[in-house]
Amino acid sequence: MNFEEWTLRLLVILVLPFIGIFLGLAYKGFDRKISAMMQSRIGPPLRQPFRDVKKLFMKENIIPDHAVAWVFHGAPLFALIAPLVALAYLPLGPFEPVMEGYGDLILILYLLAIPAVAMAMGGLASGSPYATVGAQRELVLMMSYEFPLAIAAVTIAWKYESFSLAAISQTPVWSMVGPMGALGLLLIALGLFAVLPGELSKVPFDQAEAETELGGGLFVEYSGRNLGVFYLAEAVKMVVVGALLIALLFPHNISQWYSFGGPELLGVSVLGTVADVLFFLFKLLIIIYAGVSLVRVALARFQIDKASYFYWVPMTLLGLLGTVLVVMEGVI
Amino acid sequence: MKLTKTFDKALWVFHVNSGSCNGCDIEIVAALTPRYDVERFGIKLVGSPRHADVLLFTGPVTRKMKERVLRVIDQTPEPKVVMVVGNCGSTTGVFYDSYAIDGPIDTLLPPGTHIVYVTGCPVRPENLINGVKEAWLYLEKLRGDDK
Repeated sequence: MNFEEWTLRLLVILVLPFIGIFLGLAYKGFDRKISAMMQSRIGPPLRQPFRDVKKLFMKENIIPDHAVAWVFHGAPLFALIAPLVALAYLPLGPFEPVMEGYGDLILILYLLAIPAVAMAMGGLASGSPYATVGAQRELVLMMSYEFPLAIAAVTIAWKYESFSLAAISQTPVWSMVGPMGALGLLLIALGLFAVLPGELSKVPFDQAEAETELGGGLFVEYSGRNLGVFYLAEAVKMVVVGALLIALLFPHNISQWYSFGGPELLGVSVLGTVADVLFFLFKLLIIIYAGVSLVRVALARFQIDKASYFYWVPMTLLGLLGTVLVVMEGVI
Repeated sequence: MKLTKTFDKALWVFHVNSGSCNGCDIEIVAALTPRYDVERFGIKLVGSPRHADVLLFTGPVTRKMKERVLRVIDQTPEPKVVMVVGNCGSTTGVFYDSYAIDGPIDTLLPPGTHIVYVTGCPVRPENLINGVKEAWLYLEKLRGDDK
């Protein structure tokens, strides 16, 4: 590891948060526009989330009398920083993880758990009964969806005998299995897609926020800048979870199939890199559409016990069945 | 941060029923449906006054609701717009001089508070959207853009 390489890494790490926030807000805009179109509405313009955040930063920031001030202020920051850090450990399109070799899949799973915990902490610290109920629901939900997520991650990592995401995204997992293993992987992919709305607390699994019953749940006492930071955290988390799914299941790149000519930079075709980045953004859009927008419009909110049951029993069994199929194929 | 024009394009609305007959409330929901779709202007209904920029009050303020109405206004972060929807909220309407009514809202708020009135019994969604325009004019005044 030489000096130039570390300087480059540092530069990328400084720029990455801005890219993450920009992409998150842009995809949030796509999500809102698409779901409005599915309800035959015109919907807000794509830049609406940027306006929302800007507006929230203009508003007064109220701290309730009963709140524990430092936890109340700290929770949004934790919720934003954890997914931003996770971005540095994720392969994004044709680019390897910036911090390759210093963290792997397990670190990302832990970093993904932090925003939920931070949100629950903030909710409990705000001293409102609604927020307390929301925080408890968030924790219950987190304990429910972590299990199918962990099963899927461990199965895929077992196939590679490595937790390194760079290794996993180098060869698509589908090319390493036969028909039986592919069926197992399909089940695991289904489980991962079911985890997506829970992880992002979107509609069938938004019991923790539940505008109509808890009036915003966890965020009920948050206003102004703190709420804006939570908004950003949610947006970045969407990109992180989407990129994780891409790295685990669909790490394909266009340059694998078609070799681009044209000018080269650092030994890589510029045109090919651009095509791969665009393809990555397209994959992200498809995943967010299938996992978030479509589900959000089609379904209504589950009761919290049913949401928990959904993850603990059907989705866990599905994941385990997939694991058994993948492992059996390796044994036979 | 300075108040800018972006604020107008992202108004989040909190709706308080201060003793209404539910007629205006249904018309507010109608404004969110595909036919009028106020979300294209960035308007969104939120569940907590802490998130709100606009407070919608429907109905004359009943005695029990008076304290709550004042509290909700206090809980909302600045800058905010108070909007009264329907004839009852604006003037107490058919409940004029009733023993059970403490309203209308403008008599409860400190004098000089800016209130946007939307009339009708019940209000039409078009008139509600016009009310939002009035709120924009008020916000322009707050920014000092009216000169």
